[in-house]
Amino acid sequence: MLEVSGLGRSFGGLRAVADVSLSVAQGGITALIGPNGAGKTTFFAMLAGFVRPDGGTVRFAGADITGRRPHLIAAAGLVRTFQITQPFAGLTVAENIRVGAFLREPDPRAAMTLARETGTRLGLAAQLDRPAATLTIAGRKRLELARALATRPLMLLLDEVMAGLNPSEVGEIIALVRGIAEAGVTILLIEHLMQAVTALASEAHVLAEGRLIASGPPREVARDRHVVEAYLGRGAAERMASHA
Amino acid sequence: MPDFDIVTAALVGGVLTGGVYALVALGLTLIYGVLHIVNFAHGALLMVAMFGAWFLATALGLDPYAAVPVVALGMFCVGWALYRFVIGRVSRGEDRAILLTTLGLSVVLENLALVLFRGDTRTIETALSFEMVEIGPLLLPVAKIVSAGVALVLAGLLWAFMDLTATGRAIRAVAREPVGARLVGIRPDRMFALAYGIGVGCLGAAGCLLLPSFYVSPSVGENFVLVAFTIVVLGGMGSFPGALVGGILVGVAESLGGLFLGESLGPISISVTFIAILLLRPTGLFGAAR
Amino acid sequence: MRWGLVCIALLMPLALPSQYLVTLAMLTLVSAGLGQAWNLAGGFGGLTSFGHVAFFGLGAYAAAIVQLRLGWSPWLGLPLAALVGLGAGLLVGFASFRAGLRGSYFALVTLAFAEAFRVLANSLDITGAGLGLQLRMAPGLEAFQFVDRRLSYLAALVFLVLATAAALHLRASRFGARLAAVRESEAAASALGIDVVRTKSLALALSGALTALGGVLYLQTYLYIDPSIAFSPQRSVEMLLVAMIGGAGTVWGPLLGALVLHVVAEGTQLLVSRPGVAPMMYGVLLLLIVWLLPGGIASLRGRIARHA
Repeated sequence: MLEVSGLGRSFGGLRAVADVSLSVAQGGITALIGPNGAGKTTFFAMLAGFVRPDGGTVRFAGADITGRRPHLIAAAGLVRTFQITQPFAGLTVAENIRVGAFLREPDPRAAMTLARETGTRLGLAAQLDRPAATLTIAGRKRLELARALATRPLMLLLDEVMAGLNPSEVGEIIALVRGIAEAGVTILLIEHLMQAVTALASEAHVLAEGRLIASGPPREVARDRHVVEAYLGRGAAERMASHA
Repeated sequence: MPDFDIVTAALVGGVLTGGVYALVALGLTLIYGVLHIVNFAHGALLMVAMFGAWFLATALGLDPYAAVPVVALGMFCVGWALYRFVIGRVSRGEDRAILLTTLGLSVVLENLALVLFRGDTRTIETALSFEMVEIGPLLLPVAKIVSAGVALVLAGLLWAFMDLTATGRAIRAVAREPVGARLVGIRPDRMFALAYGIGVGCLGAAGCLLLPSFYVSPSVGENFVLVAFTIVVLGGMGSFPGALVGGILVGVAESLGGLFLGESLGPISISVTFIAILLLRPTGLFGAAR
Repeated sequence: MRWGLVCIALLMPLALPSQYLVTLAMLTLVSAGLGQAWNLAGGFGGLTSFGHVAFFGLGAYAAAIVQLRLGWSPWLGLPLAALVGLGAGLLVGFASFRAGLRGSYFALVTLAFAEAFRVLANSLDITGAGLGLQLRMAPGLEAFQFVDRRLSYLAALVFLVLATAAALHLRASRFGARLAAVRESEAAASALGIDVVRTKSLALALSGALTALGGVLYLQTYLYIDPSIAFSPQRSVEMLLVAMIGGAGTVWGPLLGALVLHVVAEGTQLLVSRPGVAPMMYGVLLLLIVWLLPGGIASLRGRIARHA
């Protein structure tokens, strides 16, 4: 579904992302993890067309989408959400979701029906007619998901949809994300919570200082010495081993 | 093709006018650099300064050059009070609201001047108004030379103030790190009012320096709004040296535009420069990335 | 029911006893229509323009030039002016939004475009330079010139209906929803498949076309146009103000705004006739609105409802 090869981007001499190659198969959930400042969000932004890569290619559903503008990538079926949620604050929740629905459904009424259905499916039924500005953080995260889902995507890029939520809210979002994947949407997600990653993803890629340092099933990746060092600092793997 | 001497004269004249433009733009770029707001009332406030200088000259016989410190101080107070009591309160710090507030202010000031002084254009004659000096093949108005010289000195002083004094550094700190500045005990709102005051104070000086070679009327500021913004975007928003170089470039562009395109089409050089810079190189000629 | 009342209210000025009062009512409608035209981009799209008079002037000049130089009927001048406004809106919009200009920068660049057009009109032969263009007086329907101001009023009413219809369309259509999304967050809008540059440029084009029609209406009323009338910065401010007072981004705001603005301006004029006092009220009103009622008069209803 998604094939990234040699993708890189520098900002003023700083390599934010360097030579990252990975592929995501159709169906299922893949995670992208790594310490803060590892370049995950820049990587996502390049996939979705918000940041132009200075090297490498992105292929999606058989087509080269490298450097395409964001709306074209979304139209091709690859849709991102934002870590810092971006609700259309002056619109109601249903209207927010309808903006996504309009991508495939030009008729306003039909788009509204689809939007309300999608909102209800994501647990926003009670808030549909409220202004999006009144939502809580958890509500905003659901709204991000609902809007993206209403575009009927082939694949979703979810940027920390669980950050800032309490444990019970995290559990609800995990169930929602799993439901979306089971309905046939391929998912690549950035996540900090290892608990969520192991619960959801069948495969994880680890970025550190802009480079891909490990790939594999989440539980194995979490024990990889490079990964442990990237998170906890050089020598940490030895110290942990000697304590064991 | 106009002959060489005329072009040279236009060039030098443009540089001299540009010096005073630079002073107008310096105030604007300071306000932008510190407050990150576009001060649309800049032209109207320059008009207020020019009327101030005109009033001092006609009522008290004070020479505009001697009035520079008085009017600059007066305009500082006007600017400080406007920010403190009008702009800060009305706009609540929202971008679009600030823009609309300064637009509203410019409409009020311009028409208030119309109410008080009617629409006539006024000029004053100083000892220097008709003095010319011959430098090589060029015949230059003394008033413009003096104005440009004073403008440069004031620009230098402002620069030194922002770089060398504690207050200047505090203002710059607020511009860069509003949150951090608050932590070390600097009150951002006070610094904003101060910076706005200083920016408007520059207009006080500029108004005095313009008066001997320009006219004053309620709508005179409109001539300077685009000029000042062009200089500021040309030099890179917020950059002092940029404003100086930009001022001179715009002065020259205007003067050459008048020479080659004629009196009526000449002024288009300003708006076209402004549009071209914004569309093609919005960081300005010397600016880094925004 | 409400629509009926609005219709009756809008037709009542036809019964006014003097041509002078009918003219005032007509000017209010033109001003409401122009405010609505600004509102399509500035309110619904959040594209704060300070130079909307550029479209007004282009429309007026286009209609005047084809009548005087090519002998066209003013009825052909109307669609032509709309096309010119549309094209200018597309060009200005595409160039500005492509370059990433927004907020204050967009406001300033529109101002500069208007100023550039003013200077051009002031120096070209085809626009009559500083002398401007004077239409031949030929009252009658075929020349779109009306001595009876009640007919001018009806023409202005049609203009306002057209502008309001455009606003209603924005409120109900996919394009309008997308424009609102772009206004609220460009990043999120483009992530959901919306071409931000295209959406904003089209909004400006629609707004420009209607504003240009307003310019033709002015031309056919006064039969004269010159650079300082056609591209006056005050008219840009008035369009913005009409929309802001009534409520930017609302369908009925501009009509409310134009009513309030004209009542205040005429009232001030009656009390103090000194030049400058009435236009000063424009600035005062703008400050008061931004300070106390950023959503305009239309937002009062919501406020009252919430406090009740």
